[in-house]
Amino acid sequence: MRGTSVFLLSASVAVFAASAPACAAWQPQKPIEFVATAGPGGGTDNMARAVQNIITKYKLTDQPVVVVNKGGGSGAEGYVYGKASAGDPYKVIFGTSNAWQQPLVSKVAFNYTDLTPIAAMAQDEFLLWVKQDAPYKTAGDYLKAAASGEFKMGGAQSKDTDEVLTRMIEKTGNVKLTYIPFKSGAEAAVQLAGGHLDSHVNNPSESLGQWRGSTQRPLCVFSPKRLPAGPKITATEGWSDIPTCTEQGLDIKQYEQPRTVWLPGKVTPEQAAYYVDLMKKVQATPEWKDYIEKSSQIDTFLTGADFDKFIKEDLERVRQVASEQGWLVK
Amino acid sequence: MDNVSELLHGFTIAVTVPHLALMAVGVLLGILVGVLPGLGAPNGVSLLLPLTFGMQPVSAIILLSSMYWGALFGGSVTSILFNIPGEPSSVATTFDGYPMARDGRPTTALATAFGSAAFGALVGVILITFLASWVAQVALAFGPAEYFAVYFLAFASFVGMGGAAPIKTVVALAIGFAIAAIGIDTVSGSVRLTMGVDELVKGVNFVVAVMGLFGIGELLVAVEEEFHARAVSSKIEWREVFRAIGRLPRHGVALLRSAAIGCWMGITPGGPTAASFMSYGIARRFSRRGRYFGTGEVEGIISPETADHAAGTSALLPMLALGIPGSATAAVMMGGLMIWGLNPGPMLFVDQKDFVWGLIASMYVGNIVAVVLVLLTVPVFAALMRIPFVVIAPLIVIICVVGAYSVSNSYLDVVMMLGFGVVGYLFKKLFYPLAPLVLAIVIGDKAEDAFRQSMLMSKGSLSIFFANRLVTCLVVSGIALLLLPLVLQLARPFRKSTAGETSAQEKVII
Repeated sequence: MRGTSVFLLSASVAVFAASAPACAAWQPQKPIEFVATAGPGGGTDNMARAVQNIITKYKLTDQPVVVVNKGGGSGAEGYVYGKASAGDPYKVIFGTSNAWQQPLVSKVAFNYTDLTPIAAMAQDEFLLWVKQDAPYKTAGDYLKAAASGEFKMGGAQSKDTDEVLTRMIEKTGNVKLTYIPFKSGAEAAVQLAGGHLDSHVNNPSESLGQWRGSTQRPLCVFSPKRLPAGPKITATEGWSDIPTCTEQGLDIKQYEQPRTVWLPGKVTPEQAAYYVDLMKKVQATPEWKDYIEKSSQIDTFLTGADFDKFIKEDLERVRQVASEQGWLVK
Repeated sequence: MDNVSELLHGFTIAVTVPHLALMAVGVLLGILVGVLPGLGAPNGVSLLLPLTFGMQPVSAIILLSSMYWGALFGGSVTSILFNIPGEPSSVATTFDGYPMARDGRPTTALATAFGSAAFGALVGVILITFLASWVAQVALAFGPAEYFAVYFLAFASFVGMGGAAPIKTVVALAIGFAIAAIGIDTVSGSVRLTMGVDELVKGVNFVVAVMGLFGIGELLVAVEEEFHARAVSSKIEWREVFRAIGRLPRHGVALLRSAAIGCWMGITPGGPTAASFMSYGIARRFSRRGRYFGTGEVEGIISPETADHAAGTSALLPMLALGIPGSATAAVMMGGLMIWGLNPGPMLFVDQKDFVWGLIASMYVGNIVAVVLVLLTVPVFAALMRIPFVVIAPLIVIICVVGAYSVSNSYLDVVMMLGFGVVGYLFKKLFYPLAPLVLAIVIGDKAEDAFRQSMLMSKGSLSIFFANRLVTCLVVSGIALLLLPLVLQLARPFRKSTAGETSAQEKVII
């Protein structure tokens, strides 16, 4: 075991050494601040801290890295801070797709165009969860039962990813749901366990404990194909056993939330390139794989034009739902 | 009793030399972050978190939870000595703790606070030990309507019991609600009351408000009134520490009542803050010396401290069993649990028995270690009160400024903190009570969210607050507490009224 990790370590060191000249252009000269646009313990905070630990462990930079939480206003605090720090390459902002979704639906004082995109590093999947003892076994049954119009759907925040997905389910499944916003997905999960809600659309990590503890179970995943196989969560099932929603007649092919990394606006291309490279190195480590697996996310790395394209597509989709619902800010 | 044998097994894990050493280190670090300006338990625990990644989960949680106990005790120190509460839950301790310390009895105040806190924590752990599975079920019964009912009860118990004119209490509450509304609204997602200041989207942080209201506000009053006579010549007496502890059993009723309130509010997700306020409010109503509350009454310290720690301790159970963090610190610890590869939830008790029972056992031992260490430091802290005002005053300003800044490294927070200082001063001068204001700032937005979530669920019908026995019971007792002063006032003409009472009451407004 020890032999393997030493091998991995030296292998990765070799990889880093090889890629070192590429980033010689710009190097940080003072401590770097990681701004997590979430409170301590949230998904975005966990990611920022995981990246910080990997950087520190492998000494990917000489400079110390500190994580600060600016999760006020559903993350707007962190983005506004990023906007105000224009030109400062020592502030790295960790967020989600709310960087471009939030300005669309509420009057926050930033837009994603105020920031320099670095990368999208992990995709969180969405699932449709119901209480363990609910009578329906598939998404189709769920939709039939929901036709009564009395179903309560919980989720994190208002007009954010969870509610957008809820409205998409309404439209696709031709049902009417009452959406109840909570501060976090974890709160919604507890409410579902207590029978105060009928369903929610949490990410895997938000409801993992409850699934294992048999208080709620996922019906389907909003993904084009089933999730990758992993260890079993309950006695009989793992993530890969969950059918896709499309399979079950709820035709929403893909819905996911990327974890995104940004620099403030007006930084030089060399500075941005340095961080893209840094994040690539982070992603090559076994600790990163471990983090991805433990948080049940999908590993991804979008940067440059790919990342731009992803943002544009997602923005279009959300804009459509938002305009139908009358959420767009004037 | 399965639980007892599990607990004994837990003790074999917790009571080992390395774990005892970890507890001592954790508690000392905790006291330090609790006392130091700007560092609170959540910051301290997040700073320590990366160090624990290489540890066994059970050792890691012992270190972090010990730090939490230490920080809770340390937070009471600043509340009592300088009127600066470090955590929302220690605000109520300032009401009588600070006047008592100012009167030259800092040792008594600190020892009483620590003693009753330890008692509260102990009751909380015993509850967890024996009722683990039941307690987890109770928390599940709480939907938005029940949450709102609990918050309503906390407000009602305070409004009905405050010493100030009820209308002033309502004004203070209303201002608090307005401040709590600043920022993004959870239910509609829109930005409220930022008045063109972009940064206000984050809302008003509790620490910023409280440091200003209490720390700076009190300082301004002190500068005006007692600038010359501030140095308190208190003798440092070890014997007084033990004497104060020895006197605690005399207040047995208050201790038990407060512990019961604390446990109830900890299990139901009301949390330590609501618990300490409620306990203080109820003690004020039912204590024989209730009218002297706010001037340095022993029971005014015992009640909030016992309830705070009973709630803080029993609130760890919903975190472990259901994954609901009861406080910011618990949220950080939960992040830790996930990083160590554990998932909070009902299965934790089945899959990770060593971890859960090791932690519960460590709560017994850790609290004993904490109270011993913290009692040893009482004379040292009490000696701080002998420093003359001219030295202490600038120190308090520094503590408040650094503390406000370090909440989120923002100058705006410092400016707001100073603004709150002026508000605190005006409140004192105009005999408006500060406690309802703070209570509304801390749990106002939660109460609002819960109310509006209930309304969404019931499609706008208030009948949801009478839908089942639990919520009906909570709402009815809330309304009863709210109407109590009105009823008493109506009944007053039939009794002998004392002319001096009103002026005496005005003095003890908190």
